[in-house]
Amino acid sequence: MNQSSFRRLLRSLLIPVLAVLTALAIGAIIMWLAGDDPIAAYKGLFQGAFGSKRGWATTIRKWSPLLLTGLSVAIAFQAGLFNIGAAGQFMMGTVFSVWAGINFEGMPIYLHLPFALGMGILGGLLWGAIPGILKVTTGAHEVITTIMLNYIAALFAGWTVYAGGSQGQKPGPLWDPAAKAISQTPPVVESARIPFIFGPPYRVHWGIVLAVLMIFLFAWLINKTTIGFELRTVGRNFKAARYAGIRVGWTVILAMMLAGALAGMAGAIETLGVNFKFAPEFGGSVGFEGITVALLGQTNPFGVGLAAFFLASLAAGGAKMQFDSGVSTDIIQVINALMLAFVAAPAIVRWLYRIRKAPEEEEGVPKISWGGG
Amino acid sequence: MSSATKFKRTSMIGLGIAIALLVTSIIVNLLPLPNDSIWKVLFGVSTLNFTLRATIPLALGAMAGILCERTGIINIGIEGMMLAGAFAGFVVKVLTNDWPLMASLLAGVAAALIAGALMGYIHALFSIKFKMDQIISGTFLILLALGLTSYLFNPDWVAEGKFSPIAIPVLSDIPVIGDVFFNNPPITYTALILVVLLHIGLFHTKWGLRSRAAGEHPRAADTLGVNVNFYRYLNTTLGGMVAGLAGGFLVLEAVGQFQEGMTAGRGFISLAAMIFGNWMPFGALGAATLFGYTQGVQNALLLAGVVDIPRHFISMLPYVVTIIAVAGLVGRVRPPAAEGKVYETEGSSE
Repeated sequence: MNQSSFRRLLRSLLIPVLAVLTALAIGAIIMWLAGDDPIAAYKGLFQGAFGSKRGWATTIRKWSPLLLTGLSVAIAFQAGLFNIGAAGQFMMGTVFSVWAGINFEGMPIYLHLPFALGMGILGGLLWGAIPGILKVTTGAHEVITTIMLNYIAALFAGWTVYAGGSQGQKPGPLWDPAAKAISQTPPVVESARIPFIFGPPYRVHWGIVLAVLMIFLFAWLINKTTIGFELRTVGRNFKAARYAGIRVGWTVILAMMLAGALAGMAGAIETLGVNFKFAPEFGGSVGFEGITVALLGQTNPFGVGLAAFFLASLAAGGAKMQFDSGVSTDIIQVINALMLAFVAAPAIVRWLYRIRKAPEEEEGVPKISWGGG
Repeated sequence: MSSATKFKRTSMIGLGIAIALLVTSIIVNLLPLPNDSIWKVLFGVSTLNFTLRATIPLALGAMAGILCERTGIINIGIEGMMLAGAFAGFVVKVLTNDWPLMASLLAGVAAALIAGALMGYIHALFSIKFKMDQIISGTFLILLALGLTSYLFNPDWVAEGKFSPIAIPVLSDIPVIGDVFFNNPPITYTALILVVLLHIGLFHTKWGLRSRAAGEHPRAADTLGVNVNFYRYLNTTLGGMVAGLAGGFLVLEAVGQFQEGMTAGRGFISLAAMIFGNWMPFGALGAATLFGYTQGVQNALLLAGVVDIPRHFISMLPYVVTIIAVAGLVGRVRPPAAEGKVYETEGSSE
């Protein structure tokens, strides 16, 4: 690596690193204003994530869903689309994979596990296809449709495991009668569970390897294939893409399907590797955190990997932080939002730290079209 | 101009539906039908009351959206602005619980307005000064509001009391219409008046003309001496205040308490109402009524227990209708031309 490309690498890291540090500093000020102890909180956070083997295991376990939802948002960004729907695609991936996972007992693991994973991917892919198709056929903006589909997916998932009502409302199709009044599915059968790399109490499973493989697959797809070239061209300038003979509509739908597939895989991995069942409260916030991850990683797959690892460590350290310092884990969401802001508006960071913009520098922030286009 | 007539006609679809709804319900309520008939459930006075209560935050959110977008700033952060307004209103209401009820509630409203204005100002600052992508800035506001309100919320806090209905003399005695429109708490009246004011302001005042010019053709506006970015700051901040009021409505008038994430997508449905109403105040009010009705009818169906559909599917109704409305109307509506584009005066870039 020659000197100038090394300098360019440093420069590209400068904004995300400063964005993270600034967000942590402002987070500390907010905690201090709210009467919490920020130093104790950050100490607890760090120890929770990296202070023990179990902390490391938790960080790694939380890495894969964030990595996959981050890649999901990033691949849509590459095509100039804003996928706020990773949460819903994650949810559909969960429902599809848990259906495959609690049924088909007796199938050998080398068939059952790929089948359950594949169903999860398919669930996310189909859910992601809807906003893509709507955008291409009617022009409905994906920001509104994906958000609405998030609420619909959450309600749909809730119905599948609904325990039924006291006034004779029917229970959902995936509900476990053994759980009585609790709305949840039966456990995923042994042959559909992702094996552990490190068993309990660490519970690190092979899903993480699959997630990391997706980084390389993403990089290959985007940089080395025709599809990747078409995605990026549509994202940069769809009019030019049309003149160049690229089927813009199909590319938009494909980008949303790939985004959905990645988020659906995240849901499947969480279900088959960590939770082994589904209950409505398992939705979590990884869908939205995917946006922060994608932007913090500058939509570059390796950047997304790093960013996801960082957010995973925050999520993993949260419990110990709350236990040690009494600071609610909700502060992590605030810090995530601040990181998103600073990394999406490099101008703020440059203004804060008086950094001059290099003339040839290209921002890693995607451009999203709204109305007319 | 033919596009101008289309522009107006499309914006009236929602309003037409809303008026048809009202007329149907007047007829239904004047007929001697049994109380458990499906007509009474779908069009009864209580369903209309639910509808109006669900419509108000959506209408306010849509007005907030119109204020911002007419000057060229995309605002998908309405959801976050509402949530911030709701939380600020709630906190101040709790802090002033021992004040006289009206004073305490009004202090809550003031707090909701200030919080909303602050969020609006941040959005303008990020979009204009720091040239952040406006959709991402909106997303940031939503995530910030979700995170901050959850972090600061204390479930032990209880707000005592909320706005109660004020019957308007004479008018409230009209059958059906009186029960629905003229016996409401103050923020509901304020919201309805605001729609009228915004329409007059946008289309019949100097402020409105300049605001719209900033959103349609900022270069031309600038040439004529309009300070484009001033209007963008001003209207985005005002829009934030209106969205904050929507949050204040939820806490101080509708629910009486704060719940984490209580806006539940209303900010986004407001945006859909704005699009459906073609960026026109009355059009958006009509669309908001349509979406409000899907929520009102949802409540009525759940309470009456008349249908055998699982409640999850009934609850999907507002979201599904929103998608259908947005998908069915794009191309027939026209957003402000300069929306989402940073405006720099010539030679001003650093």
